[in-house]
Amino acid sequence: MSRLIVASIGPASSVQDGGRHGAQRYGLTVSGAMDRLALAAANTLVGNEPFAAVVEIGPFGATFTARDGAVRVAIAGAPRNADIAGRPVAMDTSVTLKDGETLTLGFARGGAFTYLAIEGAIKGELVFGSLAVNARAGLGSPYPRPLQTGDEFTVDAASGAPELRIELPKPASGPIRVVLGPQDDEFDDANKALFLDSEWKISATSDRMGYRLEGPAIKHLHGHNIVSDGTVNGSIQVPGNGAPIALMMDRGTSGGYPKIATVITADVGRLAQTSAGTGFRFKAVTIAEAQDEARKFQQLIRTLPDRLRSSDTVELNIEALSDANVAGYAVSAIDAGTWQVTAEP
Amino acid sequence: MAATLPPPRLLPSGDSAVTVEFSRTIDDAANERVLALDKALAAAPIEGISETIPTYRSLLVHYDPGKIGFDALCEKLLPISCQPLPPSTKTRRWRIPVAYGGEHGIDLEDVAKALNTTPDDIVARHAGGDYRVAMIGFTPGWSYLSGLDKSLHMSRRQSPRLFTPAGTISIGGIQAGIQCLAAPSGWHLLGRTPVRTYQLHRNPTFLTEPGDRVTFFAIDHKTFVEQDRAAEAGEIIAEQVVA
Repeated sequence: MSRLIVASIGPASSVQDGGRHGAQRYGLTVSGAMDRLALAAANTLVGNEPFAAVVEIGPFGATFTARDGAVRVAIAGAPRNADIAGRPVAMDTSVTLKDGETLTLGFARGGAFTYLAIEGAIKGELVFGSLAVNARAGLGSPYPRPLQTGDEFTVDAASGAPELRIELPKPASGPIRVVLGPQDDEFDDANKALFLDSEWKISATSDRMGYRLEGPAIKHLHGHNIVSDGTVNGSIQVPGNGAPIALMMDRGTSGGYPKIATVITADVGRLAQTSAGTGFRFKAVTIAEAQDEARKFQQLIRTLPDRLRSSDTVELNIEALSDANVAGYAVSAIDAGTWQVTAEP
Repeated sequence: MAATLPPPRLLPSGDSAVTVEFSRTIDDAANERVLALDKALAAAPIEGISETIPTYRSLLVHYDPGKIGFDALCEKLLPISCQPLPPSTKTRRWRIPVAYGGEHGIDLEDVAKALNTTPDDIVARHAGGDYRVAMIGFTPGWSYLSGLDKSLHMSRRQSPRLFTPAGTISIGGIQAGIQCLAAPSGWHLLGRTPVRTYQLHRNPTFLTEPGDRVTFFAIDHKTFVEQDRAAEAGEIIAEQVVA
């Protein structure tokens, strides 16, 4: 066994996985990674199950040091500068830290959460099938709290497998899609339109429980108290002050404010990775569209292993090429050099 | 054959959950329908449903849209939701010890003043009640109880407290509560119980279930301290009576 030492880490960093399901009926929330696609991508790079436990790193920098042997890791999610003793490490790739080497990650350059997966996954004591940290309930393993400098993980020694990168689809841009309801009838048409047509910003006071949205005040038809009912990841509730809150993974399992809309599953991670202060909009879609997107999202996660490439092959991003409207070249232009040249306008 | 009950509203909560809403208000009859649907789904699971969360007036049904779509699920849920309630089966009853007032219930005096009576009278009315666990939510083990004596109904505090201790026994609006973990709360704090409705590494981890009956009885400070120690060590302090 090797050890991976948390040599330095900022706030809002913790062990997370696919979440804790089955005990919401007792008030125990799901927790789990804020960006499930990035979680699955990081795990896939080191051969883990997609929702295995990883380190979720908040917006600040972090450093990790291998001890007692080599440790193979991968990073995905919010982009940041990363290096090992000055050798740059690209996002969405795996890399092996030799005994004594340190991986240094800078601040998130966009988004908030970066995922560090460790080959063989983080080990600990499962509670309701999960190692995810839920600090309020004192749950999570090996540390039932956010990570601190000096924490360490006992991990598998690196396998020596060749390093990989993963080609993820270009992140969707455009509005965050929602399905209206379950309590959209607590708002009149003008206020629903105000919600859908306005630009929103995520407040800096947001956390894993909820993202507070800054924008116009949304007024209720019959006041802001409803009888508490169940919440889901992405529920957008509107409290008395009219400032919506998108409930995230550490949400209360029930809530007593009307929920105007629910972020679709495929876009919850995108919302989670929207930086505080960046303007964005919502767009209502039908439940049929939302479920179609949810199934595509599941399919994407299932087929992540098909997107693995040897990390020494040329950088060739089909989506980027399609975007540049030169996919015809791209398909034949396997040689990166050629692509660079033919892409000249 | 008994007539079927009026249909609930089926409200989408995004693409992977549906809220089966029986009422918009706190209503024991609606809550019984929630719990009956919850039980029916546990007894005869519908493929694709992953988790159900009973609340006062609705059942939140989580499902996998990769396995079943919204329309197909609603078609299956509707007839089950409208079935007449089964005859009531035996329910568990928990007798919960409470250290009322003083440091344990810092609002007891104020509640008595607001309701124009004495703290002892408030304790008698609260401990004399026959409650039902309507739902568990917000934080682990927080049991929301229906059945609070009408004379104890009062609006919540103007400003919620950011911290209320573990084991708090409180009232808010027309509800009573057993709170397990320290949490923010806008309710009035009458006392504390040494009982843990949620305790990791104990079997069972969660003590109360929606539908359980609850009564309270007063204990003194010394008993509280002793029982608190025993509960911390994993002992189940609450007395269970099968009614």
